[in-house]
Amino acid sequence: MNAIYDTPEQTPVQRATRSIGAADRFKMLLKREFWENRGGFVWAPVITGAIATLFALIGAIGGSWAVQHAKATSNFSQDLQVPAGELHPLAMAADLVLLGGMWIAIIVMVFVVFFYLLGSLYDERRDRSVLFWKSLPVADTETVLSKLAWAVVLAPLFAIAIGIGIGLVLWLVMAVTTFLNGVPGASAMFTDSRPFHMIWQVISVIPVYTAWSLPTVGWLMLCSAWAKRFPFLWAVLLPILGCALISLSGGIFGAISGLEFPFEQLWYVVVFRGLMGLIPGTWYARIGTDSIQLDGPQDMPNHFDLSGSWAAFATLDMWLGITLGVAMIVLAIRLRRWRDEG
Amino acid sequence: MNAVHSEAVYSDAPVVSARGLRKLYKGKPALDDTRFDIGPGRIVGLIGPNGAGKTTALKAVLGLIPFEGELKVLGRDPRTERDDLMKDVCFIADVAVLPRWIRVREAIEFVAGVHPRFDRAKCERFLLNTKLTPQMRVREMSKGMIVQLHLALVMAIDARLLILDEPTLGLDILYRKEFYKRLLEDYFDEHKTIVITTHQVEEIENILTDVMFIRDGKVVLEAQMDTLGERYVDVLVDAGRLEEARALKPVDEHALPFGKTRMLFEGVPASQLAGLGETRIPDLADLFVAVMKGTYA
Repeated sequence: MNAIYDTPEQTPVQRATRSIGAADRFKMLLKREFWENRGGFVWAPVITGAIATLFALIGAIGGSWAVQHAKATSNFSQDLQVPAGELHPLAMAADLVLLGGMWIAIIVMVFVVFFYLLGSLYDERRDRSVLFWKSLPVADTETVLSKLAWAVVLAPLFAIAIGIGIGLVLWLVMAVTTFLNGVPGASAMFTDSRPFHMIWQVISVIPVYTAWSLPTVGWLMLCSAWAKRFPFLWAVLLPILGCALISLSGGIFGAISGLEFPFEQLWYVVVFRGLMGLIPGTWYARIGTDSIQLDGPQDMPNHFDLSGSWAAFATLDMWLGITLGVAMIVLAIRLRRWRDEG
Repeated sequence: MNAVHSEAVYSDAPVVSARGLRKLYKGKPALDDTRFDIGPGRIVGLIGPNGAGKTTALKAVLGLIPFEGELKVLGRDPRTERDDLMKDVCFIADVAVLPRWIRVREAIEFVAGVHPRFDRAKCERFLLNTKLTPQMRVREMSKGMIVQLHLALVMAIDARLLILDEPTLGLDILYRKEFYKRLLEDYFDEHKTIVITTHQVEEIENILTDVMFIRDGKVVLEAQMDTLGERYVDVLVDAGRLEEARALKPVDEHALPFGKTRMLFEGVPASQLAGLGETRIPDLADLFVAVMKGTYA
């Protein structure tokens, strides 16, 4: 290796070394993120799910009381006609409950990931633990990528898994309630519903979600790596106030000169793409919702099809966003490498 | 993976070699044409007043900051080869840098998972004599316990260069003594090099092999501890011989009670000084004060 070690009179010293592959090191970095953020990635959605279950139980008890009351006053229709080829309302409800469970966990995840990213490269600087992490042979790129992987891949997967759990619990509450109240055709919940279809649909849009959220993710990480204090204010208020200021002055100038300013595009690029990209489904604002094809709520679980989301990859918007997002992440890595913490 | 293999290292090459380092902070030089060499198997004290550039020099060696000049650490440039370099270099920046959320068990698992030269069994052995338990979080620990954990982690790494920047700041005397004792007994050997900065000069004086004084970004004194006595002599001059002593141009002088005056001489042969009064090797602290005279003026 180094030429200066090659002088013959020097004595070699044997030192124990294990080789650690890049993949193992990266797994350890992911584990580290999990240790630190278990509360956000696991407990926040689980607790929210538990609260939702509590509400469902209260609703079930209230509903049961209403049904029993209706039965007693013989105000209750025993037959439920389901036309051939249409989904049984209870099966549809079962699908919606599962979807609702995932939805709850994903909404929580969006908030958690937003603040996770804002703190990802800031917290370690604030408590100076970055000096501990940097005393170990781990490249800044690896560290930043492990945080990125959590934000755009692992956190959504965790949210979906926990959401399925919440959905199943809610499903159980619904099943027990309908059976106990003798609702006709309650078995349709199990025979006619399509849980695997629902779950697969949600999982299959993760790549679209990841790619679409990159400009927001990059911006948040950049602010987290750069801000000396208050990364939240820089990340959120700077773009919003900046847009407001430009809109205001542009509006006044436009009124005088008669020129049209592209306000809508400005807000779309800076705030919608730069700050709201973590909200799932925002890509439909660009590709339109035609691909979902809903005639009404009854079609929701029946035709629940998110595969049209992939059309987002055909837009220039998507690729510009990816480019900007990656550029901001590269910048965040450079900042972590060279930033002097005083 | 994880196969243990040995790696031959030739340990006579300089560990750190710095030439013409420059770094400005807000227009004021923190490193000003700094040059120094650190050999293997040494324990070097880097000593200087506040703002002299000690921490900046260490950060440059660790590749934490950009700077100008030529710097080789174990034959590598810390600016461009930092990731590789950190397999052989370790540092404790100061006592409070372990993340507050981490548990003892997690810290050990993490370092074991990323550091090729970490010996887990050794680390656990170091922790046996402490009150730390695997489940304990850093935020539940006292400052002294955090340092025990950090030191156990770092000492279990077979690094070639260990950098300690004010490692015992804010610790009580028991922890401070324990810290240096562990370091000498369980860690240091002739293939390792330790660089320490601290303000508590008296406490490390006995363990140092070399000393470097730094002032305004420049190394103003670089010496081996055992040659200090040849270069510097402290004399308790008798009241009647003051003029005679002053003629030999002491670098520092101050009056003591009962009519005696202490003078520090540099490079004056001991035979000339012997007649003036009682002579002795100066303390590092005295030397420091003499060399740094006028720093805050």
